[in-house]
Amino acid sequence: MMRRKEGRAGFLFALPWLFGLVAFMFYPLLMSLYYSFCDYSALRSPVWIGTDNYSELFHDEVFWTCVKNTVLYACLSLPLGMVIAIGLAMLLNTNVKGMTVYRTIFFIPSLVPMVSLAMLWLWILNGDYGVLNTALGAIGIKGPNWLGDVSWTKPALILMSVWGVGNAMLIYLASLQDVPTSLLEAAELDGASAWKKTRNVTLPMISPVIQFNMVMGIIGSLQVFAIPFVMFPGGTPARSTYFYAMYLYDSAFTYSRMGYASAMGWILFLVILLLTLIALKLSNKHVHYGGV
Amino acid sequence: MSKLSDFFIPGLISLSLLALVGTELRSHPTEDETKAHIAVWVGWSGFEYDAFQSVVNDYNQSQTKVYVDLLSISGNSTKTLISTSAGIPPEISLLSAAEIPQFADAGAIEVLDDACKQHGWTADKYVPGYWNVLQYQGHTMALPATPSTVALHFNTDILRQAGYTKPPETIEEMDEMVNKITKVEDGKVKLAGFLPAEPGWWRWAWGPYFGGKLWDGKSKITMNTPENLRAMKWVESFSKRFGPAQIQSYKSGFGVFASPENAFLADKVAMEVQGVWMHNFIQKYNPKLKWQAAPFPYPKDRPDLKGHTIIEQDIFVLLKHCKHREAAIDFLDYLQKQGPMEKLCMGQKKSSPLRVKSPEFWAKHDNPYIHLFDDMAYNKSCFSTPKIGIWPEYDAEIANALDEVSLLRKTPEDAVRTIDERMQPKLDQYLNRLEKRRRSGK
Repeated sequence: MMRRKEGRAGFLFALPWLFGLVAFMFYPLLMSLYYSFCDYSALRSPVWIGTDNYSELFHDEVFWTCVKNTVLYACLSLPLGMVIAIGLAMLLNTNVKGMTVYRTIFFIPSLVPMVSLAMLWLWILNGDYGVLNTALGAIGIKGPNWLGDVSWTKPALILMSVWGVGNAMLIYLASLQDVPTSLLEAAELDGASAWKKTRNVTLPMISPVIQFNMVMGIIGSLQVFAIPFVMFPGGTPARSTYFYAMYLYDSAFTYSRMGYASAMGWILFLVILLLTLIALKLSNKHVHYGGV
Repeated sequence: MSKLSDFFIPGLISLSLLALVGTELRSHPTEDETKAHIAVWVGWSGFEYDAFQSVVNDYNQSQTKVYVDLLSISGNSTKTLISTSAGIPPEISLLSAAEIPQFADAGAIEVLDDACKQHGWTADKYVPGYWNVLQYQGHTMALPATPSTVALHFNTDILRQAGYTKPPETIEEMDEMVNKITKVEDGKVKLAGFLPAEPGWWRWAWGPYFGGKLWDGKSKITMNTPENLRAMKWVESFSKRFGPAQIQSYKSGFGVFASPENAFLADKVAMEVQGVWMHNFIQKYNPKLKWQAAPFPYPKDRPDLKGHTIIEQDIFVLLKHCKHREAAIDFLDYLQKQGPMEKLCMGQKKSSPLRVKSPEFWAKHDNPYIHLFDDMAYNKSCFSTPKIGIWPEYDAEIANALDEVSLLRKTPEDAVRTIDERMQPKLDQYLNRLEKRRRSGK
């Protein structure tokens, strides 16, 4: 009886949230699935066209350009970001005086809003008088035109993505502090080197967190949008920075093709779901939940 | 836990939250509720918004039954689209003329033919170039707000140093001047005579400047024509002459438009296509700049194109299913009167779309070339964006092709062919679907 009462109370407490979930998540989600099979411009009622949007996408050259750009970006920025975040977390986990200050310094960049970040990097990466090329010039390297040369625009964005590793770093840092010192001491007594301790104790102990960050990273990198949208309007130069989410946005709001954009959204959703499942499946063998 | 607190507290919190949402959803009229409030959304900001606000204030003060709620919105056309699809559009929205087909094909904006007859908004009242862009499929779909033509702005000091006292008349003359003015030292561009990608706002217009048409006016994309190909080759010639990487590198040093680092204002580009508004930015950021304006050159073998220009225009549309249609038409009628229109256009330092202008308009207008900008809108060769619903996509495709050509990644022949091949099926599909909708009445 008491459990039923508590259940009702819980339901009532959750009611506003449930309302929001249904109205603002489930309903649009289902409608977007329906629209993906429609000719729909948002200004007129949808007209069912079957799988036309999907078949058109597979023959759309721009769609494949965006897929290629996005996959390349994800494949490079994700591992790079993870390695740097773990590396920084390990450095910031050492017992050095003033560590809280260092931690703050490394975390602060991830608090900078995306648009400000994009504007900042436009200055840093400027081919002619940017900070980066000036610094490279000081050591005798002629920096490329990061923002104008099609070969360098994606590397520039990948480089920029490292700027935002602060959040992941913080999560790694928290998990590193949970690694039992007894295990590390035992390994040390057995004569394990620093690398062996990291390889055989630390990394396995934080593996669930690595897995979590990897899944979040896959989701985030495949949806890259704000920074290239601000820095490279229209994916310039020559669509070298035209990413999947940018084309989706343009299709929906610039070209008024909501149905087409919905189809793109569902393809992205399914791809992310599939990749996440694969990542979980593959990494399950290497993830240890035996921590504290 | 008592029975009351089991349900009362969570229920109260839930209701409070829902009530809060409900309260927020209610509109908050800012003025007398007995007046019909009409929502007018514009994308203008800064002094352009202030100029319009002043006109709106005049109107509001003169009214007893209508009140205009003016709102400046970033990304106004997208927000108009969303609010219209949600069934709560503003009465009036400010769009660009290029957006008429998209909104008209979707049945989102009112056809103004009857209102035009009733209020005397007829062709003879307006400058032809500005009136023509309001027409779509034989109907008047919008009313003019602030129009502009564009002209070649040139830095007279740089031209004089290169030995020129006059702007170029033909594109061939312009090319010659560009060769003489552009300075390349140690593989780096130090000064550019002209760059087709600066400021890069009307990249679609190079074809029409060479006499090309972007579509046949009915159902065919016509990018792959000799005139458009010639324009592409002309754009390519800049990269061939000065190097694509060198131009890219030089361009990366340009600041944003509204700043002293603007390429034209900072003496980095000697000639640039700009609109009537440029004078305002010159005054603000580099008042010492010596400049003049002239019509953009025409190809030597096409003297019929002399004096051609791009017609640019912000327009007012009346959204379908808005609450106060008649009040909105009354406000539109007020705006089309000479006094308010001149106040708005003068405040925004633009030309007026009306044929008849007061002596004060000419006398008080800041821009020394206002007559030139106004005259060009009467030219038979003036042109604007094609009136097709897929224009945003077509425009993006042209911009990308020009990028590819400028970077020497694609030949001009390939570029125009690719645009045709990609856009024709899209136009076919668009028109087919539109036709099906018309037939089914959806």
